[in-house]
Amino acid sequence: MSAPTPTLRLTAHQHAVIVGHCYDGLPDEACGLLLGPMRDGEPTGVVTEARPCTNVDRSARTYTVAPHDLLRAMRAAEATEGVEIIGVWHSHTHTAAYPSPTDVRQAVDPAWIYPIVSLRDGIPSLRAYRIVDGEITELPVELIR
Amino acid sequence: MAVDIKLPTVLRTHADGQASIAVEGATIGDVFADLVERYPGLKANLIGDDGGLHKFVNVYVNDDDIRYLQQLDTKLADGDVISILPAVAGGAI
Repeated sequence: MSAPTPTLRLTAHQHAVIVGHCYDGLPDEACGLLLGPMRDGEPTGVVTEARPCTNVDRSARTYTVAPHDLLRAMRAAEATEGVEIIGVWHSHTHTAAYPSPTDVRQAVDPAWIYPIVSLRDGIPSLRAYRIVDGEITELPVELIR
Repeated sequence: MAVDIKLPTVLRTHADGQASIAVEGATIGDVFADLVERYPGLKANLIGDDGGLHKFVNVYVNDDDIRYLQQLDTKLADGDVISILPAVAGGAI
C-alpha cells in the first residue's frame, strides 16, 4: 500500500500556537497533538485543534507526550463526531525539521501526520511527514485563513 | 463488572475498527484477557514479554494511570471507562 499524502492545512492561529509552544519549551523540545477529521481511517489534513502538551522527558533531545495530555486529547476528539487525534508535532531545537531515527522508530500510528518545527536557524521551519513502516514521506503544508 | 474500553486509532485495526468495546471483568488483567481472546491481534500491543503491561502503552481507569494503582491487578467497578493510550514519543537524536 502506498502512503497517502494529505496536505496538512493549518490556520495562521494554529501555526502560531505550534511555533509559539516550541519557543516556550526552549531549551527543551516541545510537543503537542493535532485533532482533526478522519475519513476512512485517514486524516483529511484539516486541523480542528492544535493542543500543546507537556514533554515529560524535559529534554532538548527527546520528547514524550504526557499521557494525561493524550487522554484529554482523546476525550476532546471523542466529543466531536468524526474527529480523531491525527498527529503529533514536536520541535528540533538544534537540528533540521526532518524525522530522526528515534522519530521513525517510535512513530506510533502510520495514519498520523508528524509535523516537526526546527528552531535551528533563527526563523522557525515547520515541515510535516507521514512515517509508514520506517518510510518517511514529506507532506505539503498549507497555511489557510 | 461491565466496563468500556476505549482504543486509540492505531489499535482499532486489530478490533474490527471499533473505538469502544464493552467487556466484563473484575480487574484490568481480567478484561485484557477477555479482550485479547476476542481480538488476539491486540495482545502484542498490550502485554509485554514479562506478562506485565507493555512498556509502550499507558492504561487509564477513568482519570487514573494504572501504573500508579495496582497495574494489571487494578480492580474495576461497573461503568468504569478504561482508556488505552500508546506512548507518543520521539526526538532529535
